Amino acid sequence: MPSSKKSKRPAPELIFGDLWEFDPAPETADPKLKPSYDLLIDGSFVAPRTGRYFDSINPANEKRLAKIALAGPEDVDAAFKAARRAYDDVWSAMPGRERGKYIYRLARLLQDRAREFAVAETLDGGKPIKESRDFDVPMAAAHFFYHAGWADKLAYAFPARTVAPLGVVGQVIPWNFPLLMLAWKIAPALATGNTVVLKPAETTSITALKFAELVRDAGLPPGVVNIVTGAGETGAAVVGHPLAAKVAFTGSTDVGKLIMRQLAGSGKKLTLELGGKAANIVFDDAPLDQAVEGVINGIFFNQGHVCCAGSRLLVQESIADAFVARLRRRIATLRVGDPMDKNTDIGAINSKAQLEKIRELVQSGIDEGAELHQPACRLPSSGYYFRPTLFTGVSQSHRIAREEIFGPVLSVLTFRTVDEAVEKANNTAYGLSAGVWTDKGSRILKMSTELKAGVVWANTFNKFDPGSPFGGYKESGFGREGGKQGLAGYVRLG
Amino acid sequence: MPAVSRGPLGRILDEVGSVDAVGIEERVSKYGTRSIKKAAKVWGLRTAVTMVDLTTLEGKDTPGKVASLCRKALRPDDDASVPPVGAVCVYPSMVRHARRALGTDTRVRIASVATAFPSGQTPLRTRLAEVQAAVGDGADEIDMVINRGAFLCGDLARVQDEIVAVRDACGAAALKVILEVSELETYDHIRAASLLALRVLRPGDFIKTSTGKTSLNATLGNHQVMLDAIRDHFLDTGIAIGMKPAGGIRTAKQALTFLVAVKETLGDAWLTNTRYRFGASALLNDLLRQLRKEKTGAYQAPYHFSEATESY
Repeated sequence: MPSSKKSKRPAPELIFGDLWEFDPAPETADPKLKPSYDLLIDGSFVAPRTGRYFDSINPANEKRLAKIALAGPEDVDAAFKAARRAYDDVWSAMPGRERGKYIYRLARLLQDRAREFAVAETLDGGKPIKESRDFDVPMAAAHFFYHAGWADKLAYAFPARTVAPLGVVGQVIPWNFPLLMLAWKIAPALATGNTVVLKPAETTSITALKFAELVRDAGLPPGVVNIVTGAGETGAAVVGHPLAAKVAFTGSTDVGKLIMRQLAGSGKKLTLELGGKAANIVFDDAPLDQAVEGVINGIFFNQGHVCCAGSRLLVQESIADAFVARLRRRIATLRVGDPMDKNTDIGAINSKAQLEKIRELVQSGIDEGAELHQPACRLPSSGYYFRPTLFTGVSQSHRIAREEIFGPVLSVLTFRTVDEAVEKANNTAYGLSAGVWTDKGSRILKMSTELKAGVVWANTFNKFDPGSPFGGYKESGFGREGGKQGLAGYVRLG
Repeated sequence: MPAVSRGPLGRILDEVGSVDAVGIEERVSKYGTRSIKKAAKVWGLRTAVTMVDLTTLEGKDTPGKVASLCRKALRPDDDASVPPVGAVCVYPSMVRHARRALGTDTRVRIASVATAFPSGQTPLRTRLAEVQAAVGDGADEIDMVINRGAFLCGDLARVQDEIVAVRDACGAAALKVILEVSELETYDHIRAASLLALRVLRPGDFIKTSTGKTSLNATLGNHQVMLDAIRDHFLDTGIAIGMKPAGGIRTAKQALTFLVAVKETLGDAWLTNTRYRFGASALLNDLLRQLRKEKTGAYQAPYHFSEATESY
């Protein structure tokens, strides 16, 4: 039908300008932060025996939010001893329905104070308030609700087996979803009758320490949940403590490997949820606008600080140019800026170190010859920000196609056939997640069996549910979190 | 031997691409989370006022009621700084009364729902005659309904030919093609019907969601499918067609959410009443109420606004 397409006039383009610029819409709820936070050990807040504190920084403006206690080996030891006492004296002997009541209480308390927690999460981590408000906090509460329900039904989760708790669990969590990862760890541990020593990431300890207030308000027996804060050394002390019957870690693959070495031969149970370099695979029959939306959500959700982020786009060659054009138009409408503004789509990068890592990898992409595309959006003058970034002309051997960037950077590769798509998607050391976009149901089923990834999303991306197991293949780790499979990591079956 | 085929609807979907219902509804749910405050809110409300097609489509309409509506269209609020609306929308028999009330030198256009609105179930020559009569009486814009029966049984050429015939009967008047989305039922069908219409429309014409006479009218989902189609057609051909959601948009908050969808899908060039309209009646007074609230800080009772239908 378009007959006179070959005219000389410039190609029509849409204008995403500032005709209707939105005024700032800052979230104003009080996060109720304290100037300084202590450790939660044996049911009370105690000063660290190291006597030292470190700063937690707001990455959106580089200002200090609070001082956080630095736990040393003695503090970690005290936490484990308290957890062991609580396990022996109270928690392991308590009937499941009673344990469930406590967990329900935590879930409800979290819902009651959802807005306050969302603001604290955004201030501390830099993620947009709409994400902490609509995703992080509600999902964290959902995990507690879900696992509270399991507490008195474990016999049904594992029919014809006897189910026993493990003891004290040492847990170390990352900075990308601080409160949600805490929920993923603590909820199943408590539901199955274990007690916990948890260490949040050093850049994002605040919501864990606010959660410590909920633990107290919920009247949990002292020592059932202990929270120790600090950096890598504190984490190593948690992981290596002789009283830890199980270690659960979410974080980088490098640290995961260290932990595996440290625990080898110790007899401790271990689950690891590590990095990823997920492929989002778009076939030529996919609903394109919805695929664009899914790819955008897959890589720019939480500034790309997502272990299962769809950081490699594999698009069928016949639609590659058209698809990239649509992606670029969509990226032009994303709003980058103050995480506390309700209209912000992409907030601040979590830390200076992470921003430098992203810059370094993006530079390597440019140096290796990939083509960089960024929108012309304005960035705030202070704070850690990075433009949403697209690389085209990427090949499998580029660093940006192989290494986890953990930032808002998408590498676009192409393929011609289904087999080539599978081969390229699987050509990575990771295997946490993948996305498939096609109108053809049989192709979805084929891809889901051939992709070596713990989660395969079909015509959607980044969907989570407490009842759905999540975890990796290969260097993305082992063990599952969520669902019955997640419970299995916290019990001894007879 | 005939080629194996998915049929006419299948063929056009192969050509224009399909729509994933879950995905599009997830997309549009995010428009509602945009927080429009202060100057941005006032700009959005005022722009929405200029985009209203102030509508009365009742069997009981009288020349007097239409005249009253026209005065409201010209001067929506006691506050003279509030701009007039985009158009009044009436049945063909009321066009001459509207013209008399508005005069010829006016920014408010007269739209008329011709072509056996809302069903479209009369012979084509009757529908064309109705269009010509409405234009002859002074209508600036014609809102037509497509032949949904022909569309659903796969006679797409007939659907498109009828649009062309009505377009030609319009002459200089702008044409708005009502897809009646609730009777097309799926997003795939809405996309196909949108592109069928877009391909024969002229710059300045519109596509429109619905008549307002069925159970389901404009939603953010079907609106988005149509915006995406307008965008694809524009990027393909350079021809910019307008959009008119109609029915069910009663509150200022809803109108702002629809405008956010326009801003983020079609961009700034569509944030004007030459390319975007709301088919609505109750909406106008809520826009005025919100504008008054932005100015004074207080909400006024409905009876402070003319033509209010709510009691208090």
